[in-house]
Amino acid sequence: MEVKFSEAALKEYDAIVKKYPERRGALLPVLHLAQREFGWISRDAMRYISELLDIPLTNVLDTASFYTMFKLQPAGKYHIQLCSTLSCALRGSRQIYEHVSQKYGIGDGEVTPDGKFSLLKVECLGSCGTAPVVQINDDYYEDMTIEKLDKVLDGLK
Amino acid sequence: MFEKVLTKNIKIPESRNIDFYLKHGGYKSFQKVLKEMEPDTVIQEVRDSNLRGRGGAGFPAGVKWGFVPKNNDKPHYLLCNADESEPGTFKDRLLMTGDPHLVLEGIMIASYATRSGKAYIYIRGEFVEEACILDEAIAEAYQKGFLGKNIQGSGYDLDMYVHRGAGAYICGEETGLIESLEGKRGWPRIKPPFPAVAGAWQSPTIVNNVETLACVPSIIEKGAAWFKAIGPEKSPGPKLYCLSGHVKNPGVYELPMGLNLKDLIYEYGGGMLNGNKLKAVIPGGSSVPVLTADEIDVAMDFDSLAGIGSMLGSAGAIVMDDSTCMVDALLNLIHFYRHESCGQCTPCREGTNWAERILRKIEHGEATLKDIDLLEEVGAHINFRTICPLGDAAAMPIASFLQKFRKEFEAHVEQGKCPLNSNL
Repeated sequence: MEVKFSEAALKEYDAIVKKYPERRGALLPVLHLAQREFGWISRDAMRYISELLDIPLTNVLDTASFYTMFKLQPAGKYHIQLCSTLSCALRGSRQIYEHVSQKYGIGDGEVTPDGKFSLLKVECLGSCGTAPVVQINDDYYEDMTIEKLDKVLDGLK
Repeated sequence: MFEKVLTKNIKIPESRNIDFYLKHGGYKSFQKVLKEMEPDTVIQEVRDSNLRGRGGAGFPAGVKWGFVPKNNDKPHYLLCNADESEPGTFKDRLLMTGDPHLVLEGIMIASYATRSGKAYIYIRGEFVEEACILDEAIAEAYQKGFLGKNIQGSGYDLDMYVHRGAGAYICGEETGLIESLEGKRGWPRIKPPFPAVAGAWQSPTIVNNVETLACVPSIIEKGAAWFKAIGPEKSPGPKLYCLSGHVKNPGVYELPMGLNLKDLIYEYGGGMLNGNKLKAVIPGGSSVPVLTADEIDVAMDFDSLAGIGSMLGSAGAIVMDDSTCMVDALLNLIHFYRHESCGQCTPCREGTNWAERILRKIEHGEATLKDIDLLEEVGAHINFRTICPLGDAAAMPIASFLQKFRKEFEAHVEQGKCPLNSNL
């Protein structure tokens, strides 16, 4: 499969590049864009970005591999990110993790065989006042309990 | 009676809308500086207010702005640090979602004062909705002529952009943030040069926290003397306190600087969850030394907390009741620092890794008393030996937990298990 931005994504790309005095500055937003377009950041996607931005592939790899949000391998359609840092842990995030892990038979960083769900323990999501908090793809689910989260998860198509 | 300054609008649904903001006096301060004030006068006013940085360091904002060199030809940058990632801290998110134009106006005034033509809001990548809200607010501000070329006929040009991070605590450190803005790994830089002289793209750059910037419009509107009269003189102003953990009513509370920590927990926070007994509080976000239940009768401001060996930090108080295992709590935090260490400096990269392994051994009852001493030594060898304060931030909890709760660590060794069967 050829890795290439759609027309709409290319338009977004043009707007992004204009925001920075140097091309490499656009790398994080372009990686975000690529992840949205392709689902994850493959080596081919990195090569494509390096050509677009006209920066060395090593720069793209160096940056992409540093940040936890960039997926260097495919994740599930629903990427379940459970905050596990102290404020959430004090409010029972471990029990929620164990429940989700059992529910789908996957551990930290794993994807279900059908590709629908992936599970990832993440560090502080900055929502400690409504702990425990779970992020599914882009959305935050706050004040979670096992029952509330089950309702959310079971509603995902 | 304290009147809210930063969060007065956050519960009003239409507060995100620029028309609402304008109707309630919004952008008056920005118009005032454009029409009546020179950049240096703005800096002086903020310096006189003694507004200290709300990101954690408490450095006076006006003094920082004054470090930008005069008469150089390079472009200047104003960066708003919205990478809110310090465990226990969730106040900036509230401002960005509840009153985005207040944040924008603060950025505009700071940009004008530092003669910056471009401002970036560096927001943590996970805050997707918040980034969209800011994007919309920025678009509205362009439409109404508060951004762009020749703003309000003043001859001043300013562009503003949202830049999303991608999951790295270290990018909250200002030079790590700058590296990340430039599209690199968030590896902090050795200072000097300080960002005010050579920051983003080697140009003069000021990095301020969201809450710091949100204080600026009211300082311009009501004056430095008004601001200085709120709370203690040496660290004045309104303050957002974050409360999380084992309390009945966790959340963000806006009160004057210098609020008593005991009142935050028992009066505003409604006391302990399930009526349990308080054991410990980390008062300023996970990086600051922990306090025991006996130490909470203290004013939450930069100097008072420093006076008892802790720090105000980001004012994120994490409350723990007596069901909490302090070894497991520390293990949880050191795991965080190990995960978030950027890997650049050996003491931090190796030290946090080593400390986590020792803590795991202690927590699981597999350690000896010597391991506790070793943990203390490892922490001490991280402290002050790294480029940025992440290393210190990991070392401080280690030292303070051991100093104040050593008996619990020893009990794990003696009993060969966690006495509380903790599973954080």
